[in-house]
Amino acid sequence: MSFYFAQFLTGLASASSLFLVACGLSLIFGVTRIVNFAHGSFYMLGAYLAYTLVQYVPGSIVGFWGSVIAAALVVGLIGAIIEVVMLRRIYNAPELYQLVATFGIVLIVQDAVLWIFGAEDKLGPRAPGLDGIVRIFGEPIPQYDLLLVALGPAVLGALWLLLNRTRWGVLVRAATLDREMVASLGVNQSWLFTTVFFLGSFLAGLGGALQVPRVSINLLMDLSIIAEAFVVVVIGGMGSIPGAFVAALLIGELNAFGVLVLPQATIVLAFVVMAVVLVIRPYGLFGKQETAAHAAGQVEAPIRPASPLKRTIALALLALLLVLPFLMGEFALVLATDILIFALFAASLHFIMGNSGMVSFGHAAYFALGCYGAAFLVKYFGGSMEMALVAGPLFAGLGALVFGWFCVRLSGVYMAMLTLAAAQIVWSTAFQWQELTGGDDGLLGIWPSDWARSKTAFYYLSLALCGGGILLLRRMIFSPFGYALRGGRDNPNRTESIGIDLRAQQWAAFVIAGVFAGIAGGVYVFSKGSIFPDEAAIPRSVDALVMVLLGGVQTLSGPIVGAGVFRLLEDEISRLDYWRAILGGIIVGIVIIAPEGIAGFIKRIAVKAGLEREGETAA
Amino acid sequence: MTTPVLSVRHLSKSFGGLQAVSDVSFDLAAGELLALIGPNGAGKTTCFNMLNGQLKADSGEVKLNGESILGLSPRRIWRKGVGRTFQITATYASMTVRENVQMALISNARQTWNLWSRASALHVNRANDLLELVGMADQAERAAAILAYGDLKRLELAIALAHDPKLLLMDEPTAGMAPRERVRLMQLTAGIVKDQGISVLFTEHDMDVVFAHAHRIMVLNRGELIASGSVDEIRNDARVQEVYLGGGRLFEEKGKGHG
Repeated sequence: MSFYFAQFLTGLASASSLFLVACGLSLIFGVTRIVNFAHGSFYMLGAYLAYTLVQYVPGSIVGFWGSVIAAALVVGLIGAIIEVVMLRRIYNAPELYQLVATFGIVLIVQDAVLWIFGAEDKLGPRAPGLDGIVRIFGEPIPQYDLLLVALGPAVLGALWLLLNRTRWGVLVRAATLDREMVASLGVNQSWLFTTVFFLGSFLAGLGGALQVPRVSINLLMDLSIIAEAFVVVVIGGMGSIPGAFVAALLIGELNAFGVLVLPQATIVLAFVVMAVVLVIRPYGLFGKQETAAHAAGQVEAPIRPASPLKRTIALALLALLLVLPFLMGEFALVLATDILIFALFAASLHFIMGNSGMVSFGHAAYFALGCYGAAFLVKYFGGSMEMALVAGPLFAGLGALVFGWFCVRLSGVYMAMLTLAAAQIVWSTAFQWQELTGGDDGLLGIWPSDWARSKTAFYYLSLALCGGGILLLRRMIFSPFGYALRGGRDNPNRTESIGIDLRAQQWAAFVIAGVFAGIAGGVYVFSKGSIFPDEAAIPRSVDALVMVLLGGVQTLSGPIVGAGVFRLLEDEISRLDYWRAILGGIIVGIVIIAPEGIAGFIKRIAVKAGLEREGETAA
Repeated sequence: MTTPVLSVRHLSKSFGGLQAVSDVSFDLAAGELLALIGPNGAGKTTCFNMLNGQLKADSGEVKLNGESILGLSPRRIWRKGVGRTFQITATYASMTVRENVQMALISNARQTWNLWSRASALHVNRANDLLELVGMADQAERAAAILAYGDLKRLELAIALAHDPKLLLMDEPTAGMAPRERVRLMQLTAGIVKDQGISVLFTEHDMDVVFAHAHRIMVLNRGELIASGSVDEIRNDARVQEVYLGGGRLFEEKGKGHG
């Protein structure tokens, strides 16, 4: 019994840390409507800064707490600067762009931390004066954990006072309810947003700084905490501070006791709980339906079949791809194969995101399921490549069938978060189920059939499958099915009121996108000969989003252009030391400078030059 | 006597303690243009949303040509032959005017699961006919996003007529339009109703529109039907005048006195 009580206290301590991060995230979302991926980076920065400062004041109680507070303040300041310099420019962008831009910041901070603090893990000192243990029912409990247990409710109380007893708090609550109304009452929004960002970042930095005596500080802290914080915020209801508190307790205790029951499924557990909560209460435990509809960006022009000029360009491109093996060496062919695979992957995402308005933040799940489906068939059933290339997409489609059922019940940010959760479930399963997937070591030795073993043959195979897949997706966008989805994106009410079962259509579209991502995954696994859990991780999902954005969401050729440019770019910069920061910079740059993407930009030029008709989109 | 197109009996709905619609009963005959009027908060929209399936009724009965449709989803009710237009126009901004109509035709032909055909090549003639009917044929190729509001209203009418409905539900069809356009839209609607024998139930705030075009008028106040009759009867009804001129409170006190 006493052991369980100790475990309960441990759960409370980690719940407090989680709450510090999640309440800042929720606060920022409530007011600015930005889902801030970089919030985990602030947490990591807080930990590194506090660790560094503590080194100068060894053993002193005042020095330790001074370092913690100073680190949190610095992080708050950095958050405020990032808000002023970058985020302020994207408040009116569609939420997808905002998510991707904040992920760009994640990449930049990652490399900045690597550059400043180095790659090795850091182990901080115990907190002076709190380095002992207390015996409760005979079980040893670290004193520091007890402090954390008390800290969570204390911060909740302080925030409550701040939000309910100050003028600033009233404005924050008002802005959370209706941002436009607050603006029209003459409140200086810039000032409000910056201060909210400061407070949110400060809390994240504090959460990170407080980890110094507990865990080792490393470069993976940002994404692991942000995934958990997203879960907490979504379960609690986005924008709700009490919700974040309750959800943090739930997840903290779930982790503490889940590890006793299902040690190999701890990560999955939290995401499963989130999925269940969202299906029962689509806006979280304490959340409300988003009041003001988000600025959806510019209305897309009607799509039209390709003009003669574009047909000619497309045919020329196809001819070039067909003779490519005669023009280029093996290395270039491998790169071209990669581009084809990612073009199909991006096109499958565009099919649900661009045409159907369903923002998926975890599309890598279906790519990875395609990889694993193919790999399993080869590894465990001795199947051939040909069979595996069917099994992969089927496996991915099955995954999309299950996750899609949950996801199409939601929309907007909540849907994006649920798709992210689905991808995290796939990733953690692949990571933790070692017997099946080989865990971090991956599955190796999955090679093509003899006839497709040469680089040239495999290139033609990829061209046939990926090129064919892209053409099929395009055909579907112009079909009644695609139009119904487009209608559902433009106006769900109208769609239902002309007899269309929108949810069923969206579910089917989700599965189709999953199958085509699975085709890309199947080809990918044979081109590399191996598969690792990384293919399902957040960065891979972001890759797909960046490719679509880079090319342009509102153009049909966007994903293809985006995949080509992205892969070539990645090929160039991934040889550099700090390529992540460069990639992050490029992502932020695209969102701020060229939100229409490359294909969109070319279209605009073409319209100006008179080569294209106004309002013509299908490239 | 023939069965009415729409027959509503004892329809009621409350939100918490507020009785939004209470015990509303009426019939709508074939080819009839029936107006539902009443002051703000009278329960018109609640009534409408129960008829088109967006809201569940607490009790009552709604029959379309003798068949119960109460509790069906909006899309099922549409399939039974009920068309509707929205108070704030709901069209597909990223499609052309013709494609907007084609979507309704495609859905009516149960082709939304077709993954292969080109949507914009289906039902072109029928779509053109409908656009011709509402006077939008010359704008068929334009994007719906750039239409003037009055044109959007006419487009909505074309969409609502696409599946040859027996009944049209129009929630404030002329809201947000200039006075001259209002008259034209209602004339257009009245003409189509007459030619095709469609029944229309509409709510409206503009009394000029109501008195000029409705065949019959029902007045709703505080969730209850207080009057029903021809244009002249309603115009001269003392209670209706109270509701509109004297305010709801006055009416309630008088009502108590009578009871």
